[in-house]
Amino acid sequence: MSDWTRDEMMTVAAARLLKDGQVCFVGIGLPSAACNLARLTHAPNLVLIYESGTIGTRPTVLPLSIGDGELAETATCVIPLPDIFSDYLQAGRIDIGFLGAAQIDRFGNLNSTVIGAYDKPKTRLPGAGGATEIAAHAREVLIVMKASPRSFVKALDFQTSGGHFTGRSQSGARGAGPAVIVTDVGILKPHPETGEFALSAVYPGIPAEEAKAAVGWPLAILPRLETCAEPTAPELAVLRALEARTEAAHREPVRLPL
Amino acid sequence: MSEFLPLADAIAKHVADGACLALEGFTHLIPFAAGHELVRQGRKNLHLVRMTPDLIYDQLIGAGSARKLTFSWGGNPGVGSLHRLRDAVENQWPGPLEIDEHSHAAMAVAYRAGAARLPFGMLRGYIGTDLPGKNPRIRSVTCPYTGEKVATVPAVNPDVTILHAQRADRRGNVAIDGIVGAAREAGLAAGKLLVTVEKIVDELPPAMNNVVLPHFTVTAISHCPGGAWPSYAHGHYARDNDFYLKWDDIGRDRARFSAWIDRHVRRTRDHREFLASLREAA
Repeated sequence: MSDWTRDEMMTVAAARLLKDGQVCFVGIGLPSAACNLARLTHAPNLVLIYESGTIGTRPTVLPLSIGDGELAETATCVIPLPDIFSDYLQAGRIDIGFLGAAQIDRFGNLNSTVIGAYDKPKTRLPGAGGATEIAAHAREVLIVMKASPRSFVKALDFQTSGGHFTGRSQSGARGAGPAVIVTDVGILKPHPETGEFALSAVYPGIPAEEAKAAVGWPLAILPRLETCAEPTAPELAVLRALEARTEAAHREPVRLPL
Repeated sequence: MSEFLPLADAIAKHVADGACLALEGFTHLIPFAAGHELVRQGRKNLHLVRMTPDLIYDQLIGAGSARKLTFSWGGNPGVGSLHRLRDAVENQWPGPLEIDEHSHAAMAVAYRAGAARLPFGMLRGYIGTDLPGKNPRIRSVTCPYTGEKVATVPAVNPDVTILHAQRADRRGNVAIDGIVGAAREAGLAAGKLLVTVEKIVDELPPAMNNVVLPHFTVTAISHCPGGAWPSYAHGHYARDNDFYLKWDDIGRDRARFSAWIDRHVRRTRDHREFLASLREAA
């Protein structure tokens, strides 16, 4: 199937990383698309947890917000938000945490707080939300972000969430940190010697040079560079149907409750 | 012990200028009508507390009601920025805004501690982040049993918490269905708890494990159908995702924002008129 976009390749590549039965802490946007694609294809028993308190949710359309009613209606249970963070995330019951951010560095540290100085920011970003503790305590973290030199940077303006930072193993973090960064130009994994994220797989038709140009640190290439299989027809059909349902649902004006 | 009051009277009676105020509800049941009433009555210098400021605090900040914000994620969910919040932080418009910034996990334990009247909340958190260096209220404690260092945040005890819920009964018990967020904790942490509800019923069905705020924890109840719009009230109306998308344009520009808040909030008498004015504009 050669008729696919880079966004679709990225979502499919992220979805394929999820194994059936895993418990995933899901954020809005690309992570939510990837998790639901996995659930609707090879991983029907994937347990999706959204921080609004919905556990085991099976939405038919992707939520716009982290707390859309769709998530509650299709969940195994809905619990108070403090319980999600204390009794599930900090207690170590999450297999996979899915994160994105405005900036990432070569060790997978993330910035979603400010561009510029914290006290006098050029751009004020939304902030941590659940990310800081997800990055620390999910057994494994998967990062999904479009690559560009503006976002894959040498030095973060602010570190909101920890990747493989110095002292992680003594820090009290329960999880192993980021294992993979899925981008629109290829897949990055930590280099076994330097620990820096390096190119581990390219997509069909997208050369390694393009990934190098999109990353702000000197991107190493792992010895056995793989090429991802392109999205299959069934993967694309499920993803496109999901996105079409979602688009239609979100544009439907709600009758004012008058 | 809860008193039934029209919303305008409840706000006039219980919310003073300068108060510390939490309007909670995580995406669901956000008390928009109460937030708009604060703008209508011209409340000033408020210390606003909310995990996700959402459109309601974007509006209060842009309207000049806030002096300080305690929060953990300040975006328009699924859409992008809260432009009024950004303008206040980046350009001090319409005035400076003091920031007390946390993570969700920390806000959750701060409310839990507040509800229990404990002095601080603790979490296995703030690991690998620059936030503690920027917020001196984020500290740590050493466990007296294991010696483990655990992060702490001071309890949040708002002067007033305002919630929206589906139902109250005539004795003043309040029941919440669906996503509850930290509403229960924020409600119990407050000095006073005001609740707007979709419906007042003679009697609530047996609650068992449902979320109920019993009447002796509720200060005042105001009947306010549609009071959570454009967020939603499960079982009554859906989240108006289209409006959240539109807000990106309205909130982006100072003049457009000011015109919107004047026409739909300041120049309407109550929430009913507010909703009617939006229907006219559509």
